[in-house]
Amino acid sequence: MSLVALKGLSVQYGGNTVLSNVNFCIEPGEIVTVVGPNGSGKSTLLRSIIGALKPSRGDVTRAPGLRIGYVPQKLHIDATLPLTVRRFLSLPNRVSDARADAALHQAGAGPLAKRQMSGLSGGQFQRVLLARALLSDPQLLILDEATQGLDQPGSAAFYQQIAEVRAELGCAVLMVSHELHVVMAASDRVICLNGHICCEGEPEHVASAPEYRALFGTGTQGALALYRHEHNHTHDHGPDCDHDHGPAQKDRAS
Amino acid sequence: MMSLLDSFLIRAALAGIGVALAAAPLGCFVVWRRMAYFGDATAHASILGVALALSFDTSIFAGVLVTSLVMATTVSTLSNRGYAMDTLLGVLAHSSLAFGLVAVSFLQGVRVDLMAYLFGDILAVGRVDLAVIWGGAALVLLLLWARWSALLTATLNPDLAYAAGIDPKREQMVLTIALALVVAVAIKVVGVLLIAALLLIPAATARPFASTPERMALIAACIGGLSALGGLQLAFTFDTPTGPTIVCLAAVLFAASSLGDVLRRTASRG
Repeated sequence: MSLVALKGLSVQYGGNTVLSNVNFCIEPGEIVTVVGPNGSGKSTLLRSIIGALKPSRGDVTRAPGLRIGYVPQKLHIDATLPLTVRRFLSLPNRVSDARADAALHQAGAGPLAKRQMSGLSGGQFQRVLLARALLSDPQLLILDEATQGLDQPGSAAFYQQIAEVRAELGCAVLMVSHELHVVMAASDRVICLNGHICCEGEPEHVASAPEYRALFGTGTQGALALYRHEHNHTHDHGPDCDHDHGPAQKDRAS
Repeated sequence: MMSLLDSFLIRAALAGIGVALAAAPLGCFVVWRRMAYFGDATAHASILGVALALSFDTSIFAGVLVTSLVMATTVSTLSNRGYAMDTLLGVLAHSSLAFGLVAVSFLQGVRVDLMAYLFGDILAVGRVDLAVIWGGAALVLLLLWARWSALLTATLNPDLAYAAGIDPKREQMVLTIALALVVAVAIKVVGVLLIAALLLIPAATARPFASTPERMALIAACIGGLSALGGLQLAFTFDTPTGPTIVCLAAVLFAASSLGDVLRRTASRG
């Protein structure tokens, strides 16, 4: 059974219809990426799935007892709130030190447990958010433009980490990104959104779809092609593909 | 023990400590969520509750609790509708205070000591008052303790809460109820005009010394208790009004803590 199923989902926000008649499902273990221009309803879609927004029409069906790990687009921590990384990882459910350390390691965050959240760099912060999402032992990991504010190597390394986590935990991943070329190649399925689903399917299929090109132009096709020879994760290659993958870059910014 | 409670000073001290213990941890949430004006509006509205209680001849505690709840619920409902909050709260806080004062002036036959409600009258706390204060304070602490993790998650980010199956609106409601309770029990101790100070100042004073939310709440409670006891002592020594003296001492502690923090940062940088 699907982890999440959207049926005829429409969402209105301040009188505007942001999403109309969206239908799709997320199956266990797959990586689905949502792309779309600004204001196309990407974040609205994710927030509907986690239950933060009520649909004005249609249904969001979550598998019973579904565990969601959510990495928000941006998390502002008020300066008046003292919060160590270790304490943050125990929200809302307490976890043991061993599990917290393991999650930090799995997210590639390193020994940050005693640091204050407000003192972390952008890359470290995103990895701590990822570590926290992993602690719920998620069946579905949801990332909302999780690499905003990271530089290009930083975000490439972050998506690399996501791919590793998926391989390790076998969870499904639903993510939103602006960085079409980085994300699309790493996805099983791409959904092109602009208030409704314009087109969806495998990355190559979507990239060549006329609806996609109408939104993003043909320029990104070049970026996608370029990227597919730069990336550093493993995937199935065509029979005439013989390039090497570079070593994994890790984001160790501090 | 009972003979101990016969002393009005002991009763005052216990009342002050009870209110401070409940107000300080709740005040941390008020600070973290930037709800300072929210506390003000709720507290100021309670003078209207005093007027209602006097005219219907019910207990002050009940009247204040009801009006605070109505006010706090109104504010949190409006805040979800996207009004400009600081303006709206300013309007609500001061107009409810004004309406309350006017309403009290209509009460005939009852000689109302308005000052006692505006600035508190901790030395007049009786045994029943004390029981109400400690009962209310215990309820607030119990509420905060039971919902602590969910409250903290919802305070951090509503979407993180939703994803974890927590409804941030329900947590907001918990805080609203706790706030109304604190206002209702604190009115006797510091009065409507200074309740917000008892919420905010200990929490703000504790911030530089805390590395986790729990420690901040604990330190704030200690600072609140210290201010209440010390303020009572000072008011007795210098014959000053008790509620304002308690707030003054808290403010001095805040200034010292901020200064200490600045010096420490400068030292660690140099």
